[in-house]
Amino acid sequence: MSLTAQKIKELEETADLIRQDIISMLLEAGSGHSAGPLGMADIFTALYFQILQVDPKKPEWEERDRLVLSNGHICPVLYATMARVGYFPLSELKTLRKLGSRLQGHPHRGSLPGLETTSGPLGSGLSQACGMALAGLRDGVKWRVVCLLSDAEQDCGNTWEAALFAGKYKLHNLTALIDRNNIQIDGFTEDIMPLEPLKEKYEAFGWHVLEIDGHNFEAIISAFEEAKTIFEKPTLIIAHTIPGKGVDFMEGKFEWHGKPPNQEEAKKALHELRTLQGKIRSEHQ
Amino acid sequence: MLNDQAFLNAKLFEKDLEQVPSRDGFGEGLLILGEENPQVVVLCADLSESTRVQAFAEKYPERFVEMGVAEQNLASVGSGMAAAGKIPYITSYATFSPGRNWEQIRTTICYNNQPVKVIGSHAGISVGPDGATHQAIEDLALMRVLPEMVVISPADSLEAQKATIEMAKINKPCYLRLSREKVPLITTEKTPFKIGQAEIYFEGKDVTIIATGQMVYKALLAAKELKEQGISVRVINCHTIKPLDTKTILKAAEETGALVTVEEHQVFGGLGSAVSEQISQKFPVPLKIIGIEDRFGESGKPEELLEKFGLTVQNIIHGVVTVLRMKSRLR
Repeated sequence: MSLTAQKIKELEETADLIRQDIISMLLEAGSGHSAGPLGMADIFTALYFQILQVDPKKPEWEERDRLVLSNGHICPVLYATMARVGYFPLSELKTLRKLGSRLQGHPHRGSLPGLETTSGPLGSGLSQACGMALAGLRDGVKWRVVCLLSDAEQDCGNTWEAALFAGKYKLHNLTALIDRNNIQIDGFTEDIMPLEPLKEKYEAFGWHVLEIDGHNFEAIISAFEEAKTIFEKPTLIIAHTIPGKGVDFMEGKFEWHGKPPNQEEAKKALHELRTLQGKIRSEHQ
Repeated sequence: MLNDQAFLNAKLFEKDLEQVPSRDGFGEGLLILGEENPQVVVLCADLSESTRVQAFAEKYPERFVEMGVAEQNLASVGSGMAAAGKIPYITSYATFSPGRNWEQIRTTICYNNQPVKVIGSHAGISVGPDGATHQAIEDLALMRVLPEMVVISPADSLEAQKATIEMAKINKPCYLRLSREKVPLITTEKTPFKIGQAEIYFEGKDVTIIATGQMVYKALLAAKELKEQGISVRVINCHTIKPLDTKTILKAAEETGALVTVEEHQVFGGLGSAVSEQISQKFPVPLKIIGIEDRFGESGKPEELLEKFGLTVQNIIHGVVTVLRMKSRLR
């Protein structure tokens, strides 16, 4: 599928707004994760504004595609995207992590309509997605399952139990995507627990594997399109992303995995995002 | 004396009382459910024969899922299938599920509030020769602390069958504890069973024994023997550990003034703890908790182990005498 230049520009603009939302939310909350959400903003935008068959006005719609966010700690990007696409008012974003908020520190099913599952403890999202996909296949439904994972949760045994399972049951209605940003709390993934060759590992487990640039909308969208054409295997998209993407001083730094910006940093980050990292002179918002 | 409204097995106190493992009742319950409810699916972790899901698997292959030895995945795939409208029964030995996969059960089943039914077979030390690694004596505690979770520990095979069927009707996570070994068939089709409602099997006024699982039978034997000695004992089958039938238990505390709990489980965190939490705050009376005293099991024949770990009729009688002495001192 080819996207018009206009459409791509729209998606890029939306992703930029979502990044600004993330910075503002984290500043307001005073805790939370910065790098992962920024790095996944393009993928979330592509999913909710282009790929997923969902209806924000009917979050319980039976035929909707199911999105399982396994690494729940990046939920600021999920919440910001859901608000931007119309699940709930943008004003609610500032309640993140506060008492009584529907936007829990890690996602909780039941708190927020449209949120498919609770997550946070790493490693069990792919299993839940597998359960949904198997039930869907056996019932012959049309909806598909998308599971988003971090690279660090490839350390978890539970993830590999699920990877084996998806291969065995040929869950071709399941598309998993690993946010390959190479960082985790204690450092770089390849220092903490080497994962490479990751593509070959999943291929050996019976998956169809694609590698893409996770900031290229055409690549993201065509990868999910390709997954729909594979009928004998589940598909894994290894999306190479830059943690902290869009904010120069956060990009590629594992130190930004688990902390929010302070007032000064947020101001700087928002300025960068509003000027597209200096590419345009005046803030466009 | 026996509560005739409990409709217990007429052969209750006879030598040829039939003995059946409670896991058999579970397997039979699944077959009945399979017919009743097309949303019921069964997930198995490489133990289809010993957890008694084989017959379901053969009859309903399209509703059976073999997971291999992967209990974490077992729990969370179950959660995912429930999210897609199924009623999953996830089965293994209790030491592995809910033992190994407690966090997945906590987050993906309970916090998600998905109606997954966790079936832990081979619970208790009566597992026997396999030894402590395979004897789950902590499972009630593990499941009881989880919000949303319903915890059931049936007294015999027939009650396990009823529980299996009833669990499908409640849209909540449930845990069902099963035994490997044959246990006396004390109930009948007519015996009342309702999740959350403890049943009085033996009427009495001096003291109450609250038992769960196969210990209900031993409690009845103790009550019968004590009756012959002139002590009037009430026996309650507390098959639902959570939600606890506080009403029946507090009533027993008020009316009989002394309690003994009996379970094939650690003395910490199980039935005794649950009862203690209630009565200590609402109607304190002398209480003796009989169970396994903060130690692991070991290999041996089931009866030998029950004897060694004090889960005997004699020890229950001893417990009753102890609380009666405490009760009389209080007066």
